[in-house]
Amino acid sequence: MAVKTPRTPVREQDPKVRVTNFEEVCYGYNAAEAQLEAERCIQCKNPRCVGACPVAIQIPAFIKAVKDGDFLKAADILGTDSSLPAVCGRVCPQETQCEGSCILGVKGEPVSIGKLERFVADNARLQKHFDATTQPKNGHKIAIVGSGPAGLACAADLARWGYEVKIFEALHRAGGVLEYGIPEFRLPKDEVVRYEVENVKRLGVEIETDVVVGRTVKINDLIEKEGFDAVFIGSGAGLPKFMGIPGENLNGVFSANELLTRANLMKAFLPDYETPVYVGKKVVVVGGGNVAMDAARTAARLGAETHLVYRRSEKELPARVEEVHHAKEEGIIMHLLCNPVEILGTEEGWVKGIRAIQMGLGEPDESGRRRPIEIAGSEFEIDCDVVVMSLGTSPNPLIAATTPGLQIQKWGGIIADDETGQTSREGVFAGGDAVSGAATVILAMGAGRKAAKAIDEYVKNKKQ
Amino acid sequence: MFEILKKQELAPSIFLMDIYAPRVATSANPGQFVIVRVHEHGERIPLTIADYNEEKGSVTIVTQTIGASTRQICALNEGERLLDFVGPLGVPSELVHMSDEELKKLNILFIGGGVGTAPVYPQVKYLNARGIKADVIIGAKSKHHLILQDQMKAAAGNLYVATDDGSVGFHGMVTGLLTDLVKNQGKKYDLIITIGPMIMMKFVSKLTQELGIKTIASLNTLMVDGTGMCGACRVTVGGKTKFTCVDGPEFDAHEINFDEAMRRQGMYRGIEAKKLEEYDHKCKIGRHE
Repeated sequence: MAVKTPRTPVREQDPKVRVTNFEEVCYGYNAAEAQLEAERCIQCKNPRCVGACPVAIQIPAFIKAVKDGDFLKAADILGTDSSLPAVCGRVCPQETQCEGSCILGVKGEPVSIGKLERFVADNARLQKHFDATTQPKNGHKIAIVGSGPAGLACAADLARWGYEVKIFEALHRAGGVLEYGIPEFRLPKDEVVRYEVENVKRLGVEIETDVVVGRTVKINDLIEKEGFDAVFIGSGAGLPKFMGIPGENLNGVFSANELLTRANLMKAFLPDYETPVYVGKKVVVVGGGNVAMDAARTAARLGAETHLVYRRSEKELPARVEEVHHAKEEGIIMHLLCNPVEILGTEEGWVKGIRAIQMGLGEPDESGRRRPIEIAGSEFEIDCDVVVMSLGTSPNPLIAATTPGLQIQKWGGIIADDETGQTSREGVFAGGDAVSGAATVILAMGAGRKAAKAIDEYVKNKKQ
Repeated sequence: MFEILKKQELAPSIFLMDIYAPRVATSANPGQFVIVRVHEHGERIPLTIADYNEEKGSVTIVTQTIGASTRQICALNEGERLLDFVGPLGVPSELVHMSDEELKKLNILFIGGGVGTAPVYPQVKYLNARGIKADVIIGAKSKHHLILQDQMKAAAGNLYVATDDGSVGFHGMVTGLLTDLVKNQGKKYDLIITIGPMIMMKFVSKLTQELGIKTIASLNTLMVDGTGMCGACRVTVGGKTKFTCVDGPEFDAHEINFDEAMRRQGMYRGIEAKKLEEYDHKCKIGRHE
């Protein structure tokens, strides 16, 4: 019986080889492997996977098309709900979403939905297949702040419905975190990100780079002077956090954002790009999220012996299991249940090590994870010449500070309705990390799509 | 977009350029900066705004050829384009938020050093437009390295010049000139704004602390994105970590840890020296675009 067939394994680059290059770790399925895996889906009448997907992709339908060998039809099914399928197939936490709810996972292994999505999207790209049909132009203009996952998803839906959509991007390249944050070896830039951004443009969306909304132009100006009917803010995560311990401003201490931006957006790992990057001989990355794994694996590829320090145990690591697994395979040395208390420096002001303290776990805290508690007298030192802080971000205050009437949470996030993205300002919607704090690509896309629907309703109601 | 409308050599290796960037020209305020990228493989280079003209849609930058990237900017000619030009970034100068009455009560002095003289100009011009005449000290290596003297003269109250070699004006450092003005010539200042090399600003700050004059310094730290995302530009001000790109670039000079800022500024010096060597080599063999 099909159900008992084991999950089709996916081919990956050998860990020893891949830690010396920036090429993609996972090769993905070929057609035969994809069809074999698609066979395993039992086509549930009430599929739980669809409800667990933040953008509600019609998963059984696209998998059936794969099984039937109609890969382009599968791509069209994906395309109705996701503007970034090749991205999502690579970076979504499927194990907690679609695959996590797959009925096959109860007794065995779930269908490899993510890898199937990736195969379908990659195949469509190779075949140059993209359905760019849109409804006739309705004469309404929508401005979108930020070209990351939230902004692109919102823009794609609105453009399909006939809106004239313009995205304002602060950096020189469109894609947001897909460009500056997630490394090349997990998400190829030219091949995948740029192609999917181009597809959004093929729907008629215009992207103006080098515009920092809040500085170059204000939200009010977009509505009052440039004639936009509504604005969606998808400006992303914001400013990197530091620990506030001694030595954090020594030379050789970087935020994960800085290391990743230099490597990804500025391509510092390629010899013919001019932006420098420095990881020294031995790096300590502090933190346990996906960004920490990305930073550690990037540092390893740049040639450093890479250590990771996390204050709780492996069970509490917020990073995806797959990322932790890949990091370990690549030789990242994990120091769990310990936390830096000081960064040690040379007389010249360069990092020479960290002093850390061992931690025990107490009662669960508000996050549901067991609270780390310092064990007195357990300090120890790790020699290193670079420290990378990956402790999350706090929201960029720029847009809130320059948009009168836009209310924010105590911690700085923009206040927006969960279902519509409506902010405290009429005609201004928001979603993604700017609202939720650092989360995932797919949650940001989900918020972008919900806001697109609400913007459509808002504009239609205003017309009457 | 971002066409070079005008290029002028102000002094040896110091170039002024007017860039067509209407959005930036409309929004710019004194004290802010831009980030420039010359070509697809190039760095994001932060530069302080030296002037802006909303009507023409132009923003002026003044660049000194120091590293490989600044040489690339200066190698461009009128009619050519910068690949990227984003801004205005950073917080506008405090002066913008002060009322005319508040400003009129103050004796303001600007101290510009070297190419740092350029970003002093829009502030002096801004005050002049509001009917306030501020004094200005320009410091330069020699009379050949002096920039924007005429423009400054037209907008400033008193203009003083200090040169290292004494070829014009006061013979010595800007700090020597300031000491002379305050101690010997009876000048009284309530607010000093200084822009220039970090080492100059450090010593200006040290002196004005002794003289008890409030001082603002504009920092030119390392940056990547310039929007708060990377934290490369962090400095310690009043014992707290600040991001130059979003909290600055202007800070209370007496609160800045200049030694740390100078050390951090040199973080990539080794790598940059190597890049400059490579750039020179490419230029010599004519392979550079």
